[in-house]
Amino acid sequence: MKKPNFSRIRLWALVKKEFIHIVRDPRSLAMAFLMPLILLILFGYAITMDIKTLNLAVYDQDKSTASRNYLEGFPASSYFSVVAAVASYAEARAMVDQGKVHLALVIPRHFARDLEQGRATKVQLLADGSDANTATIAMGYVEAITNRFSTAQLGAKVDLAVDNRLRVWYNPELKSRWFIIPGLIAVIMTVITALLTSLTVSREWESGTMEQLIATPVQPIELFLGKMAPYFVIGVLDVLFSVAMGVWVFDVPLRGSFLFLLGVTAMFLVGGLSLGIMVSTIAKSQLVASQLAMVVTFLPAFLLSGFLYTIDNMPRFLQVVTHVVQARYFVEVLKNIFLKASPPSYVADDLIFLGLFAMVVFVVALRKFHKKLA
Amino acid sequence: MWERIYRMLVKEFIQVLRDPRMKALIFVMPVIQLIMFGYAVTTDVDHIKTAVCDLDKSPQSRALIERFTASGYFAVVGHTDNPLRLGELLDRGKATIGIQINRGFADDLRSGRQAVIQTIVDGTDSNTGTVAMDYAQRITQEFSRARAAPIELTQLAQALTNPIELRSRAWFNPDLKSRYFNVPGVIAVVLLLISLLLTAMAIVREREIGTMEQLMVTPIRPLELILGKTLPFVLISFIDVLVVTFIGVTWFHVPIYGSLWLLMFGAGLYLMSTIGVGLFISTVSQTQQQALMSSFFFYLPAVLLSGFMFPISNMPEPAQWLTYLNPLRYFLIIIRDIFLKGSGWEILWPQFAALMALGAVLLLISSLRFKKRMT
Repeated sequence: MKKPNFSRIRLWALVKKEFIHIVRDPRSLAMAFLMPLILLILFGYAITMDIKTLNLAVYDQDKSTASRNYLEGFPASSYFSVVAAVASYAEARAMVDQGKVHLALVIPRHFARDLEQGRATKVQLLADGSDANTATIAMGYVEAITNRFSTAQLGAKVDLAVDNRLRVWYNPELKSRWFIIPGLIAVIMTVITALLTSLTVSREWESGTMEQLIATPVQPIELFLGKMAPYFVIGVLDVLFSVAMGVWVFDVPLRGSFLFLLGVTAMFLVGGLSLGIMVSTIAKSQLVASQLAMVVTFLPAFLLSGFLYTIDNMPRFLQVVTHVVQARYFVEVLKNIFLKASPPSYVADDLIFLGLFAMVVFVVALRKFHKKLA
Repeated sequence: MWERIYRMLVKEFIQVLRDPRMKALIFVMPVIQLIMFGYAVTTDVDHIKTAVCDLDKSPQSRALIERFTASGYFAVVGHTDNPLRLGELLDRGKATIGIQINRGFADDLRSGRQAVIQTIVDGTDSNTGTVAMDYAQRITQEFSRARAAPIELTQLAQALTNPIELRSRAWFNPDLKSRYFNVPGVIAVVLLLISLLLTAMAIVREREIGTMEQLMVTPIRPLELILGKTLPFVLISFIDVLVVTFIGVTWFHVPIYGSLWLLMFGAGLYLMSTIGVGLFISTVSQTQQQALMSSFFFYLPAVLLSGFMFPISNMPEPAQWLTYLNPLRYFLIIIRDIFLKGSGWEILWPQFAALMALGAVLLLISSLRFKKRMT
């Protein structure tokens, strides 16, 4: 039999067929748009990495004017809320033990006297270290407040020999929202492309319609592109929707070029969708495909992309692994477009990797697809 | 009745484990997740990429830079003599912090004038940015203090400039390793994903390929069907708990101070809820695609609003109320406390009670819905 050539008509027919599949399942389609909405709202409103209220228990053995002055610095800083004044060391311990407070501060009996006589006095801080991040930051805050009180105690302001003038670029108020949302868009898109495409091929296998398709003169490349095209459109719409929300609802500045953003998105989508189809081709059953998609797309995008956790802080071998995580490059470029707006040449490495990833995965996925069909 | 449930169980196990890929995934996935979470999720900030523009090139300026690197928090990735290049390194993301020391730094210090240095911090990553600023400020102050006080007077100066000595102790995790905090949490999250997704998709699958009708014409009763469908996943989940706990303890050296039995009991109660949700999703989904999407709709908010990565006390009030409906929230407290604090029944009973109530309600509602759909 003569092998038929690539046909645009057949491709168009397949795209239409896939679109009908999507439209017939409006729930899944709705979820493709609700997912970014919910995630953005969760991260934008419910979740901040900024630590605001730390619960503090105080055991003030001195009960002097000096100790009260010192303690006043805590609620005044707006980071702490003094939830309990306890009467014994054991009680302070119990509060930390039961997780009722993050920290307990113990002020010794001769606090005021020691200060007056110019002797160093010792304040004890008990912190619940089970959440290492909160504890580290909390201890830093306590230290800062204590230092400020110490300086004030000295009466005269001590001039420091070196004045460090700090400036923060790109995100001067250090808002975690500005940091999270651009990266989040990349993660959302990874999740959605994977969720949408990872089941498309295995579904056809499971319901037996793949055999029917094979019986038609359809070519693997046509089928592949036909599967991809509708989801590409959904993906672009999702990105536009997320970016609009980020800019107008969450006030994250979009400083870079919008066209550049679209171009990078297209590059990302080709890679992401191909990966989903590849997973689907390999898995054959939807149950396996869904689990596999989690391992190769969602989890790495969430954990290894630098979206929340800085790649530089990871152990060496894991840093190497992050190079095959597509979301990593997309996160980097999106953060750049949103906040830094430096020229595309500054993120050239990321762009090259993103393109390379898309090309390699596209070709490999198509090959796998070919083999399974033939 | 037991005979029918048993047959159903055997059928389920055959179905789940027939696919070698599935077999591998069930046991490999938790391990991969544990490794990713265990290693990737460190909020400890160190080795901040630092670019230095030292225009003074004096012993004093070098001593200051030396203090930055010796702290372990900063790693110098580049030197430059051009202040503009400093900005470019930040733009390119090659450096997170840039320190500029202008000419005359040493002169100012020697003649007792206040010397000025400039630090630019990349605030894109607000977390690292905050910490980097804090460290930079602290190191500069220490440098100032050390310079201000002649060596023999250091002790006195310490008392003078710092009348209060703060002694901090972190309990339960003295080295403040975020890994200790994360590994027990991962067990809870892995369990959620496995039990929820497998239950929801396995049931919908029967419906999608039409074998549900075949099951319904057999004398099996709805309750037996539910038990037969869910018990295999309960068993698989328990095995996963053991696997992940074992790796957490042996590989990541996370201590486990509390009782393993109590932990298993908690896991059992927790699985009641997660399988209840899975069952519920199966009753509202027609296709596996829908089941997958719906599971995710539950999974992501559940993980984010559980205190797993983000402390609940930081969330706005309405979000905090939502967390009370989240089974993960209770199990996280149980598993972390058992691992790190060695807490027992007397402290954790409210969490157990909440989990039990939540599980009973969820399981009841879904079973009723499931039964209704069957008949």
